[in-house]
Amino acid sequence: MTGKAHKYGDNVDTDVIIPARYLNTSDARELAAHCMEDIDAEFSAKVHGGDIMTAGENFGCGSSREHAPLAIKASGISCVIAASFARIFFRNAINIGLPILECKEAALDSLDGDEMEIDLTKGFIINKRLGKKYSVPPYPAEIREIIARGGLFG
Amino acid sequence: MGMTLSQKILADKAGLEEVKPGQLVTAKLDLVLGNDITSPVAINELNKAGKSGVFDKDKIALVMDHFAPNKDIKSAQQCKKCREFAAAQNITHFYDVGEMGIEHALLPEKGLVCPGDLVIGADSHTCTYGALGAFSTGVGSTDMAYGMHKGTAWFKVPSAIKVLLKGKKAANICGKDVILHLIGKIGVCGALYKSLEFVGDGCRNLDIDDRFTICNMAIEAGAKNGIFAYDEITAEYLNGRTSRKGKIHEADKDAEYEQTVEIDLSALTPTVAFPHLPENTRTVDQAGDIKIDQVVIGSCTNGHISDLRAAANVFKGRKVAKGVRAIIIPATNEIYLQAIKEGLAEIFINAGAVISTPTCGPCLGGHMGILAENERCVATTNRNFVGRMGHITSEIYLASPYVAACSAVLGKIGVL
Repeated sequence: MTGKAHKYGDNVDTDVIIPARYLNTSDARELAAHCMEDIDAEFSAKVHGGDIMTAGENFGCGSSREHAPLAIKASGISCVIAASFARIFFRNAINIGLPILECKEAALDSLDGDEMEIDLTKGFIINKRLGKKYSVPPYPAEIREIIARGGLFG
Repeated sequence: MGMTLSQKILADKAGLEEVKPGQLVTAKLDLVLGNDITSPVAINELNKAGKSGVFDKDKIALVMDHFAPNKDIKSAQQCKKCREFAAAQNITHFYDVGEMGIEHALLPEKGLVCPGDLVIGADSHTCTYGALGAFSTGVGSTDMAYGMHKGTAWFKVPSAIKVLLKGKKAANICGKDVILHLIGKIGVCGALYKSLEFVGDGCRNLDIDDRFTICNMAIEAGAKNGIFAYDEITAEYLNGRTSRKGKIHEADKDAEYEQTVEIDLSALTPTVAFPHLPENTRTVDQAGDIKIDQVVIGSCTNGHISDLRAAANVFKGRKVAKGVRAIIIPATNEIYLQAIKEGLAEIFINAGAVISTPTCGPCLGGHMGILAENERCVATTNRNFVGRMGHITSEIYLASPYVAACSAVLGKIGVL
């Protein structure tokens, strides 16, 4: 998959990914319309299907709301690359089938708008602007199995 | 290599002699929790997967606490969905308006959690029950759905940080000051994926409400769980609430910890976390001149009876400063009633504060105290993220009930 990067900083919490004032629904498309709104008001207008989100440490910290990865996925983001993930967000993303990769170097090197290529099977990320390839170690077999099923209930 | 207390519980519930940090295990659950925000997503997942039926109708708790009593039509629809699901599945522990309280105060109060239990909840503050010696952690709605259906969940066995508590805290120091101090020290990623195990002589000087507060905010350091070992304080709390005994585990003498953090409780001073991260802590004397518009005393972190007592001690014979709205939210109806019986409710009202029905409400910017542009609030809640309680330019300062009540009287952050 190839897409344009949307870059964010450290500690992006689930309250800014999808503010609680919109949690009176679980409709993914409705949620996606407000995704990232409190730190990037333009996000839902500028994101294109297949785009990639990159961020620093502790991405998805805070509330356990699964609405957060659901909103990101429904917005069209194909993969989130971060220096590290908060653990509940990590589980939720795996469980709903939103691809996520922990790769500090690729995440921190990236700039907003970078063209990036990701191969989840072979385990690499390419930043086309930098012409740089990053390898990502595979997940443990149990987690790969959940991803292969398309989620926990796949 | 020995196991930590958290690892012992995971091994027990996974049916294994031993587990090691990093190992992935599937373990049996004693309780699966959801609320009015996260349960509808879980119910959708069950429906989508074509799964009907729950593993044990007595081991699921559904609590309508976040946007209840319902703040709008959409929230009402979500509660209706949960209500219908609970009825169809004959869920024993379904708590609606009238019986409900804030989930993490309510479940212990109802005796639903015992030492040695393994609990997951589709709410990040599920880690609260570590105060009772349980392994308890927050998950998302799909994990909740799977847990409700199968009675199991997958876990990566966490490594641990030992938090060695020493000494005795001063009278105006609360569990909140302990956990804010710790988060300030190790940071919001400081315990990422790990257990926070609270040990040492100082534990004896922390009552059960302090322990609930401390474990509640383990997640704000990124932790998977926070836990205190069972002792006479736990036993006293559980007495009369449950007939179950649970299973008492202890960490092995040779258990390995990644790090030990020492906290001298006697040296702590009231602490405030400044916007917009719980790690931005300062002692209250370093706060500067911060004028405030609102104070919230409540939430799963600090809506317990001892929190209300601490606030009432301050409000007694005093008035909330002009221009400040003080909102008191008892976490459960039992706590609310106790506050009435003890005369705390009268103190709050005479001081010019308002008492709300139990709800998570303003903590997550739901209702019952949303902030306008540039407003500031001292809250006993757990998160001070951007926009958490309202407008994105509003600010939340996290503090204990004592500091929050003092600040309400002063009209600015401080102590009396």
